[in-house]
Amino acid sequence: MPAVEPSFSEYCNVPVDPSKSPVVALRGVGRTFANGVVALERLNLEVWPGEFVSLLGPSGCGKSTALRIIAGLSEPTSGAVEWLEADAANAGEPRRIGFVFQEPTLMPWATVAANVRLPLKLAGLGASAQARVDAALARVGLSGFAQSYPRELSGGMKMRASIARALVTEPELLLMDEPFAALDEITRFRLNNDLLGLWQSLGKTVVFVTHSVFESVYLSQRIIVMTRRPGRVFTELSIDAPHPRDENFRTSADYAAYCRRVSEALARASAAMDEP
Amino acid sequence: MSETKPKDETSPVTDRLLRVLLPIVVLALGVLLWELVVRIGDIPPYVLPSPQLVFSTLISDRAVLLASLLVTLTTTLEGFLLAAVGGVGLAVLFNQSRLVEYSLYPYAVILQVTPIVAIAPLLLVYLPQPAAVLACAWIVAFFPVLANTTLGLNSVDHNLVDLFRLYGATRLQTLFELKLPAALPHILGGLKIAGGLSLIGAVVAEIAAGSAGAGSGLAYRIVESGYRLNIPRMFAALLLLSLAGIVIFFALSLLSHLMLRRWHESAIVREV
Repeated sequence: MPAVEPSFSEYCNVPVDPSKSPVVALRGVGRTFANGVVALERLNLEVWPGEFVSLLGPSGCGKSTALRIIAGLSEPTSGAVEWLEADAANAGEPRRIGFVFQEPTLMPWATVAANVRLPLKLAGLGASAQARVDAALARVGLSGFAQSYPRELSGGMKMRASIARALVTEPELLLMDEPFAALDEITRFRLNNDLLGLWQSLGKTVVFVTHSVFESVYLSQRIIVMTRRPGRVFTELSIDAPHPRDENFRTSADYAAYCRRVSEALARASAAMDEP
Repeated sequence: MSETKPKDETSPVTDRLLRVLLPIVVLALGVLLWELVVRIGDIPPYVLPSPQLVFSTLISDRAVLLASLLVTLTTTLEGFLLAAVGGVGLAVLFNQSRLVEYSLYPYAVILQVTPIVAIAPLLLVYLPQPAAVLACAWIVAFFPVLANTTLGLNSVDHNLVDLFRLYGATRLQTLFELKLPAALPHILGGLKIAGGLSLIGAVVAEIAAGSAGAGSGLAYRIVESGYRLNIPRMFAALLLLSLAGIVIFFALSLLSHLMLRRWHESAIVREV
């Protein structure tokens, strides 16, 4: 098969609305680490306002690296990250991004409330903090645990606290790096539903990195499938099932069909580099 | 068939009681043995005084001994506080500036590994005696604080570091809100070691000074009593020094426990 780089529109089978601008776009982004590992190469992707998009790919394909580049935690070695320019009112302010890591990443010496308050405290917004912290905790169902310490919480609760912290600054963009990977299945399903509920009620844009076909199909409107390292977009698939989704969707024939399509795409993406 | 409780399932109350009582029982037996050996062997007091004699000396000489204890403890406390501030301060400085760290860290190591017994006489030549004793207490105690704090500052969860970067934390914010709290268990570990070492440093310097005939601390009293063959007083002074060391250790352990008990594994009793 010829190694020709398809342009974004050629492999994107998700209809693109030309009147809307993406929240953020990665254009030809490459990332090579100091030890010579090429994590990403000529990666093109766009994130549309208000959508729930998943980055799906085999382990080591660079999806976490791509997420970190979007978050500004990592600089691309080539290419550019373009942001939708916010209106003039908050042009000078730092972009509000929420990031949820694979581990809850809570400060063990601080209470849950203090952990959730951290982003506001770092921004110097101590005054209005309490109300926003309380609201964030209520949204994830942890109101009764504000004064508890992280070690007193279960894995699922710690992850909720991490999500509350990501949401407390009311970010434009919520980035999640395999947040539920370390949790048991029951907790994972619950948190999936809670996350969808939050997304719908708050209208955030969510970029969700996962290696799970099932999770990406259940949660997203659009799935970007990445190739093996060096990572590039292999294809995109849209999941047209309407939101709100619930456990009925998980056991429906449509879900199974989507999972099959996505699994096939993932298998081809994983094999892509093996072709001559 | 009767049920036997496995050894590690004794109730916490019993466990704590045992922890306190058993060493006391051993101590009582040891003291008893000592008394018997002295009585039966009819050992003269200037070779091995009986526990009874040591105790009565402690009471009769208490004015002198307690005054000396106060001097030693004051020096120890001052040396410890300076070592704590100096050790943590230097560690923070090294953490923030690689140039300073590369320049000065080797000398901190050299200062630590050179035996204090050899440095003390030199310090006594250059400094007034109280200052020399304080300097010795500081030199011995600051390195564990420096080393442990450095370890703690470098052991911060890298995801938390990323989180702070993500929210645009300033250098000072990262230092005070993240690095120092994360390093707290290590700092407290270093302080526990430094407490005992400050006492050792003070005692070494006092003994070096005492050999020259000057001083007023408890270790000096030991040297002085040795010259005057007042062996019971030597024992009494030594007993007080040991007690001082024990109190320092427990005080710092208590401090560590109070600061860590809500969140650090080392201070929490897990319910299984």
